Amino acid sequence: MQPLDLSAVDLVAAVRQGDVSAVQCTEAFLKRIEQVDGRVNAFLKVDREGALARAAAIDARRKAGGPLGPLAGLPVAVKDVLCTADMPTTCASRMLENFLPPYDAEVVRRLRAADAVIVGKTNMDEFAMGGSNENSAFATVHNPWDLTRAPGGSSGGSAACVAADMAPVAIGSDTGGSIRQPAALCGITGLKPTYGTVSRRGLIAFASSLDQIGPMARSAADCALVMETIAGHDAGDSTSLPHAVPRYTELLEQPLTGLRIGRVAAHFAEGLDPEVARGVEEAFAAFKAAGATIHEVELPHAKYGIPTYYLIAPCEASSNLARYDGAHYGHRAEPGKGHRAEPGKGHRAEPGTTFDSPLAEMYCRSRAEGFGPEVKRRIMLGTYALSAGYYDAYYAKALRVRRLIRQDYLDAFQQVDLIGGPTSATAAFALGEKSNDPLAMYLVDMYTVTANLAGIGGISFPCGFTKAGLPIGFQLQGPALAEPLLLRAADRYQRLTDWHLRRPKLPA
Amino acid sequence: MSLSRQDVAKVASLARLALSADDLDRMTGELQKIVGLVSQLAEVDTSSVAPLAHPLDAENVFRADEPQPSLTTAEALQSAPRHDGECFLVPAVLGESGAA
Repeated sequence: MQPLDLSAVDLVAAVRQGDVSAVQCTEAFLKRIEQVDGRVNAFLKVDREGALARAAAIDARRKAGGPLGPLAGLPVAVKDVLCTADMPTTCASRMLENFLPPYDAEVVRRLRAADAVIVGKTNMDEFAMGGSNENSAFATVHNPWDLTRAPGGSSGGSAACVAADMAPVAIGSDTGGSIRQPAALCGITGLKPTYGTVSRRGLIAFASSLDQIGPMARSAADCALVMETIAGHDAGDSTSLPHAVPRYTELLEQPLTGLRIGRVAAHFAEGLDPEVARGVEEAFAAFKAAGATIHEVELPHAKYGIPTYYLIAPCEASSNLARYDGAHYGHRAEPGKGHRAEPGKGHRAEPGTTFDSPLAEMYCRSRAEGFGPEVKRRIMLGTYALSAGYYDAYYAKALRVRRLIRQDYLDAFQQVDLIGGPTSATAAFALGEKSNDPLAMYLVDMYTVTANLAGIGGISFPCGFTKAGLPIGFQLQGPALAEPLLLRAADRYQRLTDWHLRRPKLPA
Repeated sequence: MSLSRQDVAKVASLARLALSADDLDRMTGELQKIVGLVSQLAEVDTSSVAPLAHPLDAENVFRADEPQPSLTTAEALQSAPRHDGECFLVPAVLGESGAA
C-alpha cells in the first residue's frame, strides 16, 4: 500500500483498519518532502520528530484498543499564518521570524484533537498579502506543474505541497482568493467556507471581516472530511457562527437533480485567457450533461470588487498590523542599527526625519525593517484611506459598494443555487512576471474577492489543462452556508472526470 | 485627487513606518496608481446605500463574566524582544530622539 496514492478519505480508513500504520503513512509523506521540497519550497518548517512521535502515539493507542479521532494518522500541512504552540509561526515575515505562539489556533487544536498529524508549516505571501507567493520573506514557492511558474497565493505553499504529494491535505486561509486561486493554479481543490464557519482564533489577522480558513486537498470529498473537523462554533471567536456542523461527507451522497447553476457573461469578457474560457465552458457542459441546468445571471457590481477590496482589506490590515510594535513580540530594531546602515542597499535617509521619542523611533524602525514592500504598501494605503478627510471618500464608500456587491449575490441566488465560472483569468503565470507591478498582481483575484466581500463560500477545482500542461480552475460560489452543496456539486463533477487525479511530473 | 510625496511622508508617520528617501519616492508613485484604481468607486451611486462593515448580520456576543484561564506571565513574555521576567522592556517613552 502506497500512502502517497491514497485520498485522505482512503488513508484515514486504511489507518483505522490497520492496513497501514500512522507512522508508515507519516514517513511516506516526510520522505516525499525530503525528495522534492528543495525544488518547490512549499514548507517553511517541517516537524519531522513531532510528526513521527504523534503518529507513533496514535498507532500505540490503536493497538491498545483506544479510541481514534476522525482524522487519525492523516498528515496535514498548515499554512504558517495559523498559530502553533510547538512550532514557530512566521507569516513568512521577518517581523515574526522568531515568534513562538503561546497557544494553538483553534483549527490546529481541532486537528490535533481529531488525531491528525501536523507535518509542518507552509510557505505563503507575507501576512497573506499577495497572489503569487513571491512576497514570502524566506523563499519563493515554485509551481509543481512548472517550476518556473508561480503557485498562486497567498496559500501557495499549501497548494503546492498538496499538488506535489507532500501532504494529502493542507489548511489555507482566504481573504480575497488565497485558497481558491492557488488551488486553481496548482490543480487541486480548495474550499473557502462562508465567513464564520471556521474559527479564526489563532489565525494571524489580515482583514478580519474577510479572512476565512479552509481545506485544500486533491478532491472535494477530502475537503468535506476535513471540514467536519475544522468547522463549528468557537466561543473564542465572536464572529463564529453558532450553527451545527453539517455531516459534509454524508451529504455528498444526496442526488444533484435539478441543480441550477448561474453563468455570468461578464466573466467571459476581455481579460480571460481563451484556454481557460474553453476549460470552464466544458465544465459547464459536463454539469449540464449530469442533469444541472445553466442560467445566465448578472452581478452588476462585481466589476467594482477589486477597488472595493483594495480599500477594505488594506484599511483593516493597517489596523490589525498596528500590533507589531517591536515591544511584545516580533522584530525589534537595534538602536543605531536602522535600515540606513544596511550595506549595499543604497538607502538614503529621508532628511529631517525626527521621532517623538526613543520609543516611537523603535516602533518606526522595527516596522520598517520587519515588513516587506507589499505589506508596507497595504499599511500605507489603509492608513491613508482611513485618515482625516479621506475616510468618507474611500473607506465608507467602499463599505457602501460592498453592500451592493452582496445584494447582487442575494438577488442572483433567488434564481440559481450556485454560480459557476473561472477561478483565475489565466493558468499559472511565470515567476517574476507580475512581481514588480502591484496593480497587475491585484487583478489576479478579480473572480474571487467578491465572495469574501459578500461573506459567502466558494470552491475551486480543476476542470482541464492548457496546451502547456497547466491546470485550469473552475469556481463555484454559493449562498451563505451552502458548503454542503458546493462540496456535493464539486464531488459529483469529480466522480465524472479525472482532472483532479492528474499529478505533475516531479520525480523523486 | 493626487497624492504628494509630502502626503505620503505624513501617512508613513501615522503608520509608524520609518521610510527612507528611496522608499518614499517609490511609494509615492505606487500609491498614486493604487489610489487611481480605487477611485473608480466614485462613479457608483451609493446615495441610498448604507455601509456594510461586516458580511454577517452579527450582533454583539457576550459571555458570562466569569474568570477563565489566561496566559501566564512567562507565556506572555516568551517571544518578547526584551523583558525582565515581569515586564516588557522598551526604550524611553519620553524625550526627543535623534534625527534619522
